[in-house]
Amino acid sequence: MARARDPLTFAQQLDRLEEIVRRLEAQELDLDEALKLFEEGIERLREARERLTAAEVQVKQVLSDKAGNLKVEDFDG
Amino acid sequence: MGQSLDLFAAVSPEGAWTVTQVTRRARAVVEAGLLPLWVRGEVSGFKAWQSGHWYFTLRDRSAQIRCVMFQKDNRRLPAPPQDGMQVFLFARPTVWEEKGDFRLTVVDLLSTEAGGLWQLAFEKTKAALAKDGLLDPARKRPLPPYPLRVGVVTSPDGAALQDIIAVTARRWPLAELLVVPTRVQGDGAAGEICAALALLCRIEGLDLAIIGRGGGSREDLWTFNDERVARAVAALPVPVISAVGHETDVTLCDLVADVRAPTPSAAAEAATPDLGDVLVALAHLGARLARGLAARSGRVAERLDRTFDRLTGTLERRLERHRHELSGLAGRLDALSPLRILERGYALARDEQGRVLKRVVQFPSGLHFRLRVTDGEVAARAEES
Repeated sequence: MARARDPLTFAQQLDRLEEIVRRLEAQELDLDEALKLFEEGIERLREARERLTAAEVQVKQVLSDKAGNLKVEDFDG
Repeated sequence: MGQSLDLFAAVSPEGAWTVTQVTRRARAVVEAGLLPLWVRGEVSGFKAWQSGHWYFTLRDRSAQIRCVMFQKDNRRLPAPPQDGMQVFLFARPTVWEEKGDFRLTVVDLLSTEAGGLWQLAFEKTKAALAKDGLLDPARKRPLPPYPLRVGVVTSPDGAALQDIIAVTARRWPLAELLVVPTRVQGDGAAGEICAALALLCRIEGLDLAIIGRGGGSREDLWTFNDERVARAVAALPVPVISAVGHETDVTLCDLVADVRAPTPSAAAEAATPDLGDVLVALAHLGARLARGLAARSGRVAERLDRTFDRLTGTLERRLERHRHELSGLAGRLDALSPLRILERGYALARDEQGRVLKRVVQFPSGLHFRLRVTDGEVAARAEES
């Protein structure tokens, strides 16, 4: 019932982004490394923004069938 | 009028009634003469039987009546009364034929204690939860900042759920709401909520749970003061927000939850970040990213600048040295200039062709030659020596 989505949770995505920014702001990087980080950062920013703007809330209903298994279905209330 | 005839017959031993006849008659008389009514007095000798029925005596200073409150009536009450408690009963006076007892069949019971039975039951359960440390503030877990999977335990057709869906859709559409439907009031609702909570615990990857309902009377909300419900909420493996829609009455479910929200909408707000805020935060990160890189490349540029400066500095110093050397040279050249010698009063003799005449033999008598002095030339002629 997992939703097709980034293997990283949004929180993890943000954490990574913040780490990139922090490292970029620190002093000890080669220009080469800095550029690489910057590119990753921009890519992650874009992904996160896309994820936010494309999302639409999903409502499911969780029930238990006779055998006691979880049953997840769309909720239309 | 058979009964009157019976009564008449019973005045002699031959017409004696059976016990059953008497108690039945007494019951009919009592029930006809005393309609259901409110009675007040003090509870004593309270006993709850296995069957769920309650038996006790109601008394005042000079009299007492046996009372029974059947399970079908007492189940609506949060707790049994205690001995010594002053109560109001709504009851049907009757005669219990099997025992020949005059008694009250109690339909409702109100305590005159502060807050009544409800408050009493609340305090009792609260004390039990506190004893097990379930009300400890240190137990409260922080809510995850960006929840993706939110479990909701509530009625599937209440306004509460619609509010939660609407607020979540507006603030944090990334979320997936997993609704575990349950009744939230009435007989058996507590058991259903516990079952729903147990189901919730089995959902994978859950970030957060909301349990709640819209507002209602104290009796409607009472399910959320049930000890089993409170313990099931406390046992949830994920942070939980309780929103039992009543601003003033805090339920035990609210007390054991990690966060209490006054309404279901407020619960959804507490559960989710605001999309706008997150986009702004992302923009800030983007700006820091750009600044970070600019600063980084700025530092490289600075270093290049410094290197360049050092290089050009060296060059300039070198040039400077050369300039010095050159001017020294020029000075020396200057000092060697014959003009300088002429300045001191010497003269230079040259023939018409410009050759310098240095010796006597170069001056035959009558030779025309020129003399270069410091400020010009004069024509001269050699005399007879």
